[in-house]
Amino acid sequence: MTSEESTIVEATALTRLPSARGLLKPHRLALMAVAAAIVFCAVWFLRWDWLPDYAGRLANGVVVSLLMLVSTCLLGFVFAVPIGLVQVTGPWPLKLLAKGFCTIIRGTPLLLQLWLLYYGLGSLFPQFPAIRQSFLWPWLREAWPYGVAALTISFAAYEGEVMRGAFAGVPPGELEAARAFGMSRWKVFRRIWLPRAVHRALPTLSGETVLQLKSTPLVATITVIDVYAVVSKIRQMTFLTYEPLLLLALIYLCLTAFLVLAFRYFENKIPTRSA
Amino acid sequence: MSERAEAIAVKDLHKRFGALEVLKGISLTAYEGDVIAIIGGSGSGKSTFLRCINMLELPSEGSVAIRGEPIAMRRDGHGGLAPTDRRQVERLRSRLGMVFQSFNLWQHMTIIQNVIEAPVHVLGVSRDEATERAETLLRRVGLLEKRDAYPAFLSGGQQQRAAIARALAIQPHAMLFDEPTSALDPELVGEVLGVIGDLAREKRTMLLVTHEMKFARNVANHIVFLAHGVIEEQGPPEQIFGAPKSERLKKFIHSSH
Repeated sequence: MTSEESTIVEATALTRLPSARGLLKPHRLALMAVAAAIVFCAVWFLRWDWLPDYAGRLANGVVVSLLMLVSTCLLGFVFAVPIGLVQVTGPWPLKLLAKGFCTIIRGTPLLLQLWLLYYGLGSLFPQFPAIRQSFLWPWLREAWPYGVAALTISFAAYEGEVMRGAFAGVPPGELEAARAFGMSRWKVFRRIWLPRAVHRALPTLSGETVLQLKSTPLVATITVIDVYAVVSKIRQMTFLTYEPLLLLALIYLCLTAFLVLAFRYFENKIPTRSA
Repeated sequence: MSERAEAIAVKDLHKRFGALEVLKGISLTAYEGDVIAIIGGSGSGKSTFLRCINMLELPSEGSVAIRGEPIAMRRDGHGGLAPTDRRQVERLRSRLGMVFQSFNLWQHMTIIQNVIEAPVHVLGVSRDEATERAETLLRRVGLLEKRDAYPAFLSGGQQQRAAIARALAIQPHAMLFDEPTSALDPELVGEVLGVIGDLAREKRTMLLVTHEMKFARNVANHIVFLAHGVIEEQGPPEQIFGAPKSERLKKFIHSSH
């Protein structure tokens, strides 16, 4: 009984911030002093007068970055599930296809894929009148769909591999029990296999989502105005180097912290004994 | 025995794994209220036989009928059989409560969620009704206070009792126990056997693959001794344990004491 309780406490302790008394330990006080000094120096010795002028554009940039992240992670995951699943259980042509896709996408730089899509496909499309006249054209003329496509494909490939491992790692006995209770294949998948695999994969997915966040600035190279593009613009306009970059670092740090905490919340919803 | 309805009828069941024939023609009928213990050495095919009843393992030949309804099978072209109608198999399975050697509780669900899963998502019982029934069952197996715990935090004996509650929750026509105590620490076997014994006394139809000879003798009304893929001997427990005829059975009983 007590060992069970202590395991649960350990599992949830990760999300908990140190208590007030814990904050007052000497090493923490020293670190806090250093942090305060850095903030003081940053505020006192650097120039921040440009900030109000660009606040609106920065906020827009953050929204674009987040939209890129969320849409490509969700879309990518939707593709990753079948990519992972067919590698575990699919017929060999699909298995081969999925494996090939993962290998090629994971084996080439994301920047290259992005440019191939935008400068390659993007310049090919206008040559076909059928495409220019289609209802898709207003979107295909923009830059962001190519950014979304490239990031989605990349996320699907990496997470497809993660999901393959997660699907394969679900104990066969649990799937067998589901079948023994009369579940159809689809129900076994929806009720047992998928949720169990996602739960297993969550810690990895959390890390991969953070990586994905830090891949989003690449879309600035194809003229999408995300937060990185805004900061680059600020640097050009103000001739400042450190201040905008420091601010950018701070923004990404905050977003990462938020992502990590959100994932941890979901991970801890189901306590695991090995945690 | 004969006035009672047939719960499970197996006729001439064969199972081959490649060149190896594990079951060589087994026929067995369980009537309503029968508690049949299937005993035999390891590799005698007793688990395979049990798993053929709900088609977790597909037989190579032979037929299985649940409550008089034969499971429709066709040749699969590789020397085996496959169910003609997957829906029929799913429907029949949904009323056969199976308990596994390794519990196989769904680890991402709490105990109560495990118990209501099949009633709600297979049988279409309302969540409230299923929960109410599940709580009664959990109280019965002594696990009500663990209703919101996850399986990983339970002992083996508790997990197996939860698995029995899960199997009871579908209001099964028959229960299939596949070596339910073989994966348990010795001190935990008793609590699980206690629960199974109670079910047997209620005259629930059960097929029980087990190594617990004393238990089989106490709760079963019919013992089947499997050896090398055939029923070597069967009969009431007094006869099987008191006056075994075949040499193999004598040796087996002797060695398991």
